Amino acid sequence: MSPDQLKTLLAEASPARSGDFLAGVAAESQEARVKAQRRLADTGLADILQTPLIDPEEDEVQRLILDQHDDAAFRPISAFSVGELRDFLLTDEATPEAIAALKWALTPEMVAAVSKICRNQDLIAIAKKRPVVTKFRTTVGLPGRLSVRIQPNHPTDDAKGVAASILDGLAFGCGDAVIGINPATDSPSAMRRLLELIEDLRLRLGCPVQSCVLAHVTTAIDCMSRGAPVDLVFQSIAGSEKANASFGIDLAMLKEAQDAAKSLKRGTIGTDVMYFETGQGAALSANAHFGIDQQTMEARAYAVARAFDPLLVNTVVGFIGPEYLYDGKEITRAGLEDHFCGKLLGVPMGVDVCYTNHAEADQDDMDNLLTLLGVAGVNFVMGVPGSDDVMLNYQSTSYHDAAYVRRALDLRPAPEFEAWARDVGIFDERGFLRPEASRGDTGLLARSKLLEAAE
Amino acid sequence: MTGRGDGEGRMNDATTPPLPVDGTDHPLKRLRAFTEARIGLGRRGAGLPTAAHLDFAEAHAKARDAVHSSFATEAIAAALEDAGFATIAADSRAGDRATYLKRPDLGRLLADASRQALAAAPGGPFDVALVVADGLSATAVNAHGATVATGILAALPDDWRIAPVVIASGARVALSDPIGEALRAKIVLMLIGERPGLSAANSLGAYLTFGPGPGRSDADRNCVSNIRPGGLRPEIAGAKLAGLVVRAAELGLSGTRLKDDADDRIAEGEARPQLPG
Repeated sequence: MSPDQLKTLLAEASPARSGDFLAGVAAESQEARVKAQRRLADTGLADILQTPLIDPEEDEVQRLILDQHDDAAFRPISAFSVGELRDFLLTDEATPEAIAALKWALTPEMVAAVSKICRNQDLIAIAKKRPVVTKFRTTVGLPGRLSVRIQPNHPTDDAKGVAASILDGLAFGCGDAVIGINPATDSPSAMRRLLELIEDLRLRLGCPVQSCVLAHVTTAIDCMSRGAPVDLVFQSIAGSEKANASFGIDLAMLKEAQDAAKSLKRGTIGTDVMYFETGQGAALSANAHFGIDQQTMEARAYAVARAFDPLLVNTVVGFIGPEYLYDGKEITRAGLEDHFCGKLLGVPMGVDVCYTNHAEADQDDMDNLLTLLGVAGVNFVMGVPGSDDVMLNYQSTSYHDAAYVRRALDLRPAPEFEAWARDVGIFDERGFLRPEASRGDTGLLARSKLLEAAE
Repeated sequence: MTGRGDGEGRMNDATTPPLPVDGTDHPLKRLRAFTEARIGLGRRGAGLPTAAHLDFAEAHAKARDAVHSSFATEAIAAALEDAGFATIAADSRAGDRATYLKRPDLGRLLADASRQALAAAPGGPFDVALVVADGLSATAVNAHGATVATGILAALPDDWRIAPVVIASGARVALSDPIGEALRAKIVLMLIGERPGLSAANSLGAYLTFGPGPGRSDADRNCVSNIRPGGLRPEIAGAKLAGLVVRAAELGLSGTRLKDDADDRIAEGEARPQLPG
């Protein structure tokens, strides 16, 4: 099989989504799509392995994918077709340990292929069997737990405004994944100011969390060289060297950042210092997709992610807009696919369950996807005050949503954070949120001294 | 945010437990002075109090309506012509709204008939062409498009050759390029409906392109966004934008270098560009 033939097969087998039509790679009819799925199901994993989609000479991500592959781990499944891999993953023989043992046997193209012949319930059932656990100051990804990023964005990075959103989130038991701010201004001084704000709040409250300002990786490297309190280094990544170049990064830069952050030794229980975001359509929007469908390109980004032992990775599944994922159905499917592919590749996968106002989606669609991902064992989701990100102008999951899904599915926060939150009275002994503070009982607020500062 | 959605009278009913704290009586209430974020909403169990839930639903409904609202091309043309300015209609190749949303590439291409009509416009080549475009919120353009456009035209130098105002349907920002090319305009300034947010569904963006044509990218344009009552007011936006156009003509460029040089002039209402495509 030639690379072009495999690209075409993967693209035509992909469940329908607007971005593949935009790229001109989607199947021409529903029947053609299922026929492609049958042919893909019969394709050998070894054939996929031997058919790099992009010339390794011109793509460092392709070289990375080939370098990561472990022949010994692959041997037990080397005779499988894609369909046989799906069948195996669904059986009880595919225990969490057995699936985890395939981490370096599986390539992004293999897991993308198997996802394309899975129904949503298969994506959930298989992913649920593959927890990926990471550590910094909290432990993220344990079975039965769901962590939340507090996303306290502000259009001008106003310190009090950001702090107010953080406190609101902590009072809901959120923040155990990270307190992560998208800065309005990507500069070392702005980044440092926000990092010191979170650092001050964290130390004052004695709260086991990690911070991140989601500036460019070069900004973080600059900040670290000047002694700023950097916990996690953030970067958007994608599945080809050319797409990464459009983000202004390469693999060497990510390695430099990882080494620098690890050398600060700021994690108390672990050394996972990277935070990556991805999303279907990112490569196409940079015209760096090489004729590959957007879901396969997304899985290739996870090969980049897993090379740097990240604490957190999330797909920002509905952010990119309706030209890539048109409606609630496409966003839901993509969110489950991304979570599934990430987990099979050993990536600590979270999902930004989100949408924009020009997508055919609403809060009900987000409720559905959040609940499905909770069942599938997603590592973390976003917590945005009232779902309304007033800086990035899109809607994500809220602190309320996080509390809902934890209660509905009996999921708890990261253990270190849970213990703290119980001590300070956010949760009761059962792990339920206590009734909210009344005006006279300002608990966290008083300890943060924010109220006085705001007077 | 509106007030509490539950009847106050129920609080005195001995058989009904008192409601917990909500948005009107929340410890974080004072901190709302520092952020527009929806903090301190209160909760019912894990859920939103009814009023906060419906506040959000209403804001989203307004945004959705704006995305799908119809473009009042005739009313805008009439308003401009009443003010003494000629207009000409143009269409992208997007066709219906669903295609427009799914295929931004088609919204950047000019329909053949429109290309011919623009190329035949008398009086060219032009110093500047204004484009009034629907973008992602016809609501915004219907409300302020004619006001801002007349404000710009009134403030441009008297000796400039100004093209008829193009009223463009199914447009993305980059439709500026084929429009400017067909008209043989040195500069195109497009007023286009921005992607509606929850806080405002009626915000207009202005995109300036010097030397419109193939190969132009977002980096070659200047953006002034958030033109709406409550942002950069439509009544004063015209004069500011005309100043930016004149500056671009003087320097013979647009994009990052113009922005660096002219920040003081366009600082008000300036935001990070949110290209609708």
